[in-house]
Amino acid sequence: MERVMKLKTRRSVVGWFFVLPATLLIFGFYFYPIVKAFILSFQTGVGVNLKFAGLFNYKRLLADNLFKKSLGNVFIYLVIQVPIMLMLALILAQLLNDQNLKFRGFFRTALFLPCATSLVSYAIIFRAMFALDGFVNAILMNLNLITRPINWIGHPWAARLLIVIALTWRWTGYNMVFFLAGLQNIDDSIYEAALIDGANGLTRFFKITIPLLRPIILLTAIMSTNGTLQLFDEPMNLTNGGPANATLSVSQYIYRLSFQYSPRFGYAAAISFVIFALVAILALIQMKVGDTR
Amino acid sequence: MMKRRAITAAKYVFLFVAAFLSIFPLAWMMISATNTSVDVLTGRLLPGAYLGENLKTLAAHTNIGRALWNSFRNAIVATIASLAVCSVAGYGFEIYHDRGKDVLMGILLLSMMIPFAAIMIPLFMMVGRANLLNTTTAFVLPTVSTAFLIFLFRQSARYFPQEVIEAARIEGMGELGIFFKMYIPIMRSTYATAAIITFMGAWNSYLWPLIIMQKAESRTMPLLISSLIAGYVTDYGALMLAVTSSVLPTIVIFLVLQRNFAEGIISSMK
Repeated sequence: MERVMKLKTRRSVVGWFFVLPATLLIFGFYFYPIVKAFILSFQTGVGVNLKFAGLFNYKRLLADNLFKKSLGNVFIYLVIQVPIMLMLALILAQLLNDQNLKFRGFFRTALFLPCATSLVSYAIIFRAMFALDGFVNAILMNLNLITRPINWIGHPWAARLLIVIALTWRWTGYNMVFFLAGLQNIDDSIYEAALIDGANGLTRFFKITIPLLRPIILLTAIMSTNGTLQLFDEPMNLTNGGPANATLSVSQYIYRLSFQYSPRFGYAAAISFVIFALVAILALIQMKVGDTR
Repeated sequence: MMKRRAITAAKYVFLFVAAFLSIFPLAWMMISATNTSVDVLTGRLLPGAYLGENLKTLAAHTNIGRALWNSFRNAIVATIASLAVCSVAGYGFEIYHDRGKDVLMGILLLSMMIPFAAIMIPLFMMVGRANLLNTTTAFVLPTVSTAFLIFLFRQSARYFPQEVIEAARIEGMGELGIFFKMYIPIMRSTYATAAIITFMGAWNSYLWPLIIMQKAESRTMPLLISSLIAGYVTDYGALMLAVTSSVLPTIVIFLVLQRNFAEGIISSMK
């Protein structure tokens, strides 16, 4: 008996050694920095010469129009782009879930392909395609849809639209994969029963598919929200935040504050802590709303 | 009957249009890499004869070879380090699980809620203080251990049969031996999935290297192509060639290992 106990403790200790390196690294590179960011957010100064200033940074934040603008921009993407993309992904997944569909493998690979492109790369491809004297404007002119080329990155709403188009291109297939996996878990007999009850395609979609996929819709919504709040690579490379900061994202603003102007680490940390809080709060809200069963 | 056929036709048209729109920008990128800047802008859709010329332009104005090597080296080191640390931890959390380790795992999972933007300033200060700016170590360290990968390996260890472990113990195999000689070979596909996720993440990483790679010779591919658009005159042919050389490796990995890639994405929701 005693020997068994000893063996158990010994194994438990071995187990702790297995998990130790990873644990230390996560504490060192996630938890310590987030605590540090929180402390930093109460300090002011340039570079590493910092001193405590209480709530100064948070007060300043409330009066900072550029911060409000960047937050507003991110929310515009969140409200417009995320629902469109998720709807599109759901429809595509539903179409692809048909066993009798021809070219199924081709469609799936093609729709999923944008995920293999890095964010910087696709942002630059889109920037080149949508240049003032570029390819997309040439096509639109040839089709007589527009008479003058659209200055995509020179007009606030055109620039935002461009970011929405680009984000949708990059992430729809990604979300579709989640929906496809979810759809494959739904038992066919549920659909058959509905068919016997005379439910048509649309009814089945809204009364069976969507409710059963709710956890996955929730998951994709949380991931998209998280990603959108942290948007950086696209506004940086596609529109450079412009024109007149119309596409500036919060992460980009933090970057500018910390690394482009004279470094205001304390103030930037306050903003970054707000992002952290927003991500957490929005995830909680989505879980509450999505969990009504 | 007619209506049904019309719906089917509409389905296929919709799917073909969606597939075309998904592929087109990438095809356009590759075609453009072989054309002159003017041809790219005016929308030439046929491969040209300018690939060599674009390559010369790139080689003359950028250090693309160096950037490709940096990206490759950083991504390989990141992948090996991550897989080693996280697979050992995932295995430990599952095979030796007890109350304490389960609680700890729960705590580690909370780190997934922390956005990178929220910790990048402290991370930068840490790396600066440790004199690690411009190094692969700095590039790799913050992402060596991720709760996501630990979780992935923990889930796969769940399918590692307990009888195998017991039998090996009776045979007198040590705990480390069981991990190296039995778990790793059996869980090859989990390792493949984890490797793809980590490699792609590191290869495409932009914000972190943008902050820490301040010397020109330590720049990675995303930084290089991003800097090309900042110039006054953009040579679109050369630009698209640079983008292509950055995207092609991941597209090849994707096409060859598509199954693992999708699995990796999906396993994050189990």
